[in-house]
Amino acid sequence: MNIRVLYFGRLKDTAGCSEEQLPWSGGSTAALLAQLRARGDSWAQALAEGQVFRLVVNQQVVRGEADIPPGAEVGILPPVTGG
Amino acid sequence: MYCHISIQTKAFDLAAEETALRQHAGDAGALVAFQGMVRAHDAAIPLAALFLEHYPGVTEAEIQRIAEDAAQRWPLSAVRVIHRVGSLSPGEQIVLVLVASGHRKAAFAAAEYLMDYLKTEAPFWKREDFVDGSCRWVDAKASDDAAAARWG
Repeated sequence: MNIRVLYFGRLKDTAGCSEEQLPWSGGSTAALLAQLRARGDSWAQALAEGQVFRLVVNQQVVRGEADIPPGAEVGILPPVTGG
Repeated sequence: MYCHISIQTKAFDLAAEETALRQHAGDAGALVAFQGMVRAHDAAIPLAALFLEHYPGVTEAEIQRIAEDAAQRWPLSAVRVIHRVGSLSPGEQIVLVLVASGHRKAAFAAAEYLMDYLKTEAPFWKREDFVDGSCRWVDAKASDDAAAARWG
């Protein structure tokens, strides 16, 4: 089973795409971030503490940690700059 | 409370938006409108355009939540929020917040509250595209976080 990971803002540049499918058997938002940070220095820096504003799981904004079920859509949001 | 939210690429007309709001504003004695515009000279190199993107679905839900929070704090009769996305030129409108309430203090305060939280909670991202062809994603500002935090 996969999850669909969406990137926004500068994270699109890091990822080189706006979304990707990742194999996922279940786990937390923290586990997903750890897995992505392990891809290399640019990922570790882009997803460092303070660089990630929030995660969104199935269109629900997560405050703190949450479970990511297989098949989920997960948005990774850098600090927001609207208005 | 009536609440209308639109995320759109096209420009908005203040008078038309006000008319639409007032149809739902009841006996409101105060209407505050805030418009945000693209500045040309926010960096060393002049801006060619400001590019904005957002998270469809989540953006509208977050703005709705912010508006409902505002309605808990002040007696609001109607709120209308228009936020543009896509590529915007210097001088163009970015955002419109309209608030109707019985009295001016609530309308002023709620408009400011909505803007403070739009800037720090709603999933929008700005990229500055400069006249020399370079570009950069805008950093979040600590001053915006501080402005939102003061509401407690």
